[in-house]
Amino acid sequence: MSDLVQWSGNLLYASFIMYLVATFLFGGSIRQKKDGEKQDVNRWGKLGITVTVIGFIAQLGYFFTRWAAAGHAPVSNLFEFITFFSMMLVGAFIIIYFMYRLAVLGVFALPVALIIIAYASMFPRDISPLIPALQSQWLHIHVTTVAAGEGILAISFIAGLIYLVKTLDHSKRSKQTIWLEVIMYSLVAVIGFVAVTMAFTMSGYEAKFDYVNKEGQAAQETFNLPAIVGPNEGELLTPGQFEPLVEMPAFINSKKLNTVIWSLGAGALLYGLIRLLARKRVGALVQPLVKNVNTDLMDEVSYRSVLIGFPVFTLGGLIFAMIWAQIAWTRFWGWDPKEVWALITWLFYAAFLHLRLSKGWHGEKSAWLAVIGFVIIMFNLIAVNLVIAGLHSYA
Amino acid sequence: MGKVKCECGHVNPHGTVLCESCGRALTEEAQKEKLHDMRYEGSARRSQTYNKSIVDKVWNFFSSVKVGIWLIVLTLVASSLGTIFPQKLFIPNNVSPETYYEETYGTAGKIYYTLGFYDLYNSIWFIALIAAIGVSLVICSLDRVIPLYRALKNQRVARHGTFMKKQRLFASKQGAIQPEELDKIKEGLKSKRYRIREEDGSLLAEKGRFSRWGPYVNHIGLIIFLIGAMLRSVQGMYIDELLWIREGETLEIPGTKGEYYLKNEKFTIENYDKEKDPEVFNAALERTGSIVKNYQTDAVLYKDENQDLPGAKPKLVKVKEEEIRVNEPMKFDNFALYQDSFSKDEMKAMELALTNKATKEEAGRVNIDLFNPKDTYDLGKGYKVEVLGYYPDYDGVGENGEPKTKSPVPNNPAFLFKMISPEHPDGEISFTAIRQTLEPVGETEYKMEFRGIETRNISALTVRKDLTLWILGIGGAIFMIGVVQGAYWNHRRLWIRQIDGEIYVAAHTNKNWHGLKREINPLIENTAVPIPEDQQA
Ligand code: HEM
Repeated sequence: MSDLVQWSGNLLYASFIMYLVATFLFGGSIRQKKDGEKQDVNRWGKLGITVTVIGFIAQLGYFFTRWAAAGHAPVSNLFEFITFFSMMLVGAFIIIYFMYRLAVLGVFALPVALIIIAYASMFPRDISPLIPALQSQWLHIHVTTVAAGEGILAISFIAGLIYLVKTLDHSKRSKQTIWLEVIMYSLVAVIGFVAVTMAFTMSGYEAKFDYVNKEGQAAQETFNLPAIVGPNEGELLTPGQFEPLVEMPAFINSKKLNTVIWSLGAGALLYGLIRLLARKRVGALVQPLVKNVNTDLMDEVSYRSVLIGFPVFTLGGLIFAMIWAQIAWTRFWGWDPKEVWALITWLFYAAFLHLRLSKGWHGEKSAWLAVIGFVIIMFNLIAVNLVIAGLHSYA
Repeated sequence: MGKVKCECGHVNPHGTVLCESCGRALTEEAQKEKLHDMRYEGSARRSQTYNKSIVDKVWNFFSSVKVGIWLIVLTLVASSLGTIFPQKLFIPNNVSPETYYEETYGTAGKIYYTLGFYDLYNSIWFIALIAAIGVSLVICSLDRVIPLYRALKNQRVARHGTFMKKQRLFASKQGAIQPEELDKIKEGLKSKRYRIREEDGSLLAEKGRFSRWGPYVNHIGLIIFLIGAMLRSVQGMYIDELLWIREGETLEIPGTKGEYYLKNEKFTIENYDKEKDPEVFNAALERTGSIVKNYQTDAVLYKDENQDLPGAKPKLVKVKEEEIRVNEPMKFDNFALYQDSFSKDEMKAMELALTNKATKEEAGRVNIDLFNPKDTYDLGKGYKVEVLGYYPDYDGVGENGEPKTKSPVPNNPAFLFKMISPEHPDGEISFTAIRQTLEPVGETEYKMEFRGIETRNISALTVRKDLTLWILGIGGAIFMIGVVQGAYWNHRRLWIRQIDGEIYVAAHTNKNWHGLKREINPLIENTAVPIPEDQQA
């Protein structure tokens, strides 16, 4: 039994390594290419996609062995769901790759998938049994379709990002370049989060607090990072650990906020370091990677991904969701925050399609919309789970 | 209003921009355009043609996609505001929203409450926004669908030269096409599933025209869905009741007008068990404590045979016996009973002993049903207990000296007893609550001593009837068909003509121009037909 779990973990690890290798292979492939859309993919590109597919199969292996071990599809907690999302992202990349044969997509899509897997691994990884509401066939029908839809929509973000990196004028400071840097910084901040969490977990840092929770009752909380912000009326119980600088009001979850502060801080440090070493914006730093990109084609890839992903997302995120909600919670719609954010995502992409079709928002505007869409998806995936607790909040 | 007759002889409706048949530009503006706007094939749309009366203005407002997008974006932003703090529905139900938001979230919470955002999704303005989207969907679809249908149906194979020149993909070249060459191109197009029409040497290849109806199909689906959602407020279409039912109880199911009764045989909560359940869960169980495995009501459904006889006592006939669990409702006759919530260990009966305080000897025990206490309990041998007062939810003594009860539910039962014994045939008065005995009219020799309590669980079941679900289902299905139709197929056309010793070629797609180029370029490569160039790139 636990052998399976072990195997499952190893397969995930293997897929991580493959994606990493494939990123470099794709990187190598675009170096030697000239402009044009009809070019055959070179050896590096072929190798890159082969390794990606093997990695994907390994990740599928992780998924199904864990399913076998748990007796239910591993999409029932944050670790499992986010890893599954990364798998769908890679899957979507593979599909789009075979439609357009663009190695450059891999150079951006795979690192994003890697960051997401690393992020997911920071959450508790043990296999949890299902609470009654989750004991249904609809768990995997609904969750897998949502993640698939979001994965495909994420490719639209990747293509949009490439479009922006290529077309923005990085030599000048402008609203556009600043926002692009904000995106780059956010990606770096996730790496910061992973680094900080791993470092303090390995050192076994623990600081226990007595505090008063939002119901006005006494409670305890253990911080695994030094508390920059501490809980409401908190009292540090573990001697010798860092005393919080600021105390938070009761309705704010200080532990999570503290983690966010640490991540942003570590991210800023990393980002600053990159800027210092490269002496240019991160956008400008990666620009050489995209110098052969056909922007018009990238625009189409971005739009196409939305066209493919939107129906899938609608099916999983709204229709299957409603069917299940009717069965499990007696009503198909209840304005739970997670539901609302699925609706917002859906409305946003509907607006995207209309803007494109009728107002002719192509190119840069469309690329920015693709970026915003991804931000909304990430918000729903992470912030709504962690911050706005509702029926859906995992663990 | 005058119809417009084109030079080619086709009569177009008033307001047409490009002749439905040959594609000639009919307005001055269209003649000047560098590229034709092909979105609605240049057909006459009401909103682009009339702008006089109020009706026209309202029509034009709602048929504008710009307005539609604004409505979508406003709904999106409004929806997000509702998730900043929990909605009224999700706050604890024993607190008043008026104070809750301010107390929990400070000033921001107060503002949130004052603006009415605590119940945003039921507010009139939010519902009005959704309704406006509905109206907009109907009008914008009507405005476009019929003209588009006419234009796509009437199109001739041989389009006018100017029409072809103003397509995004276009090229022309001196020369002539050999019939064999044309045949080869046609073969290629056929293998790509194009439908081919020919008219004296001109060719029109077309595929995926049905995808143009995708948006209209999906909008119809949305409209049906919205209508279904509206119907829920119609009497009888929708029932939403909560049934709290104790173990052992048989109650009428609310909303069924006395037709159905339910008995709760037993309510169970089961947790995962490290010993019995798969050991892969052990780590999680250790980390989080206990995790619930099952909520279950063992229920029996009865039908009242006497329902139609006024005044008759219910005659219950068993219909079926089922275990109701989360995700497994009991269904009957358009109704469904869902496991919703529960209350554990409600007090059911209390056991007390009549005891001599000095000798600690028991004279006998009474077992009081807290829902139906008797007036007297005879213990024999001259011992008797009379219940003078029963306070199921005792809440202290009121100003008039009388004990008070908060509710009829036995949360904290208390009794005023008269204890009769051979020594005190007139009785002694004792006031007994769970951990408390008072002697309000002087010291007593006997007392009622608490011995034990019997409890039972209460199950809360949602009673739901929703006759709109099938409408919502149909709406959803139509929507899905429509989006897939519009998103996974494209409408592609290729025109080839020979005009005055020149070969004209033009192509159009409603989306994915690269896909179109990649499909047709290899087919005309190495023929006399030039490869159409992207005039927008
Ligand atoms: C939540 C609401 C809506 C959804 C989900 C929705 C969905 C869609 C979709 C998926 C398309 C196809 C887009 C494409 O293929 O690129 C479309 C097209 C369109 N929608 Fe909507 N729509 C909504 C509301 C509206 C509203 C309110 C209007 C009114 C102005 C509108 C007008 C249109 C028009 C004119 C088209 C293009 C039709 C064409 O030219 O082929 N939509 N819609």
